[in-house]
Amino acid sequence: MKKHLLNVLFLILFGILVYSIIEMPTMQTVDAPSYNEVTEYYIENAVNETGSVNFISAILADYRGFDTLGETIVLFTSVIAVASVLRTVKKKEEEEA
Amino acid sequence: MEDRIVKSITRMVIPFIQLYGVFIILHGHITPGGGFSGGTLIGTSLILYTLVFGLPTAKKKFSHRMSQIAESGGIIVYVGIGLVGLFISGQFLTNINAGFPLGEPGELLSGGMIPLLMIAIGIKVASTMVSLFHLLIEGDLDADHPGIR
Amino acid sequence: MQIIQVFVDNINFIGAVALFLIGLRTVVTKKNLIKRIMGLNIMGTSIFLFLVAIGNVTGGVPPILSGEEGVTYINPIPSVLILTGIVVVVSITVYSLSLTVKIYEMYGTINQDELTNLIREDDLHD
Repeated sequence: MKKHLLNVLFLILFGILVYSIIEMPTMQTVDAPSYNEVTEYYIENAVNETGSVNFISAILADYRGFDTLGETIVLFTSVIAVASVLRTVKKKEEEEA
Repeated sequence: MEDRIVKSITRMVIPFIQLYGVFIILHGHITPGGGFSGGTLIGTSLILYTLVFGLPTAKKKFSHRMSQIAESGGIIVYVGIGLVGLFISGQFLTNINAGFPLGEPGELLSGGMIPLLMIAIGIKVASTMVSLFHLLIEGDLDADHPGIR
Repeated sequence: MQIIQVFVDNINFIGAVALFLIGLRTVVTKKNLIKRIMGLNIMGTSIFLFLVAIGNVTGGVPPILSGEEGVTYINPIPSVLILTGIVVVVSITVYSLSLTVKIYEMYGTINQDELTNLIREDDLHD
């Protein structure tokens, strides 16, 4: 009984989300709301100001290089977090022995 | 693993995977790719080495000390390149105001500081992947039935 | 027929929503801890698909400068934003898996029902 109720609930949720997708403004064309002046500035001036032919690398490393620095700090923090949880096994065994 | 075919083919294939990863890192400003995907390729090749040849052999090649140097070195090189821009022109992490040579667009030696940043990111991501895998596998060695030997 | 045309035009977004609901159902319904962590990962991946589909332009070329004139490039900004997202999802998955390893060492099981009973007994003894 509970499983059938859960399936019906998920189908209703799927219907609501698909309806909200149909009501979105015109997407996947040049008239989309996300294709604005920022994108045109990046496409026009990336080669002159950074010298790289790849627009995504120019945005990632030059225009928004600070976000990439924060991302490398997140990678570093994740290694430290996992090491702090999983590396204490050896210390306990050395203390017992 | 004890299989002889798997060990021979892995020994032949791993240099090519690493060469492809280095190619994707260095051409980050010309073709799609960049530091993150190239670093993942190099890290995956070292994980393949660990899976086939066992954990003690792999820990001799990529010890805890080397992982410390690679992780810290990646961030220090990144911040160092940013500080070069700060000292020369007063802005952190600039490309054209700090005097990095731009060159011709489309060549390998172009883009100022972008290939240097990609190399730092690539080393850091490869070291992260291998360190995380070794940390997750390590606990299996002390049990009664070892996992990967 | 217009309904089918609308469905085919927005197929990327509908696929992203379907993946999100598959991941959500996995987190809610399953009892194994590792399957629920994989459900979280699937939900994160569906959001990346949604973001990249926003930047798509029908009939556009990849955003590498080509020498021809009059080509429309796809929007490069969402592709940059998902790189940070991928790193965050990887961090969350790895940390959750390491906590699962510690839970297995301490309690001997990774089934949610047995874990609830064992933790309740632990609380009663303390």
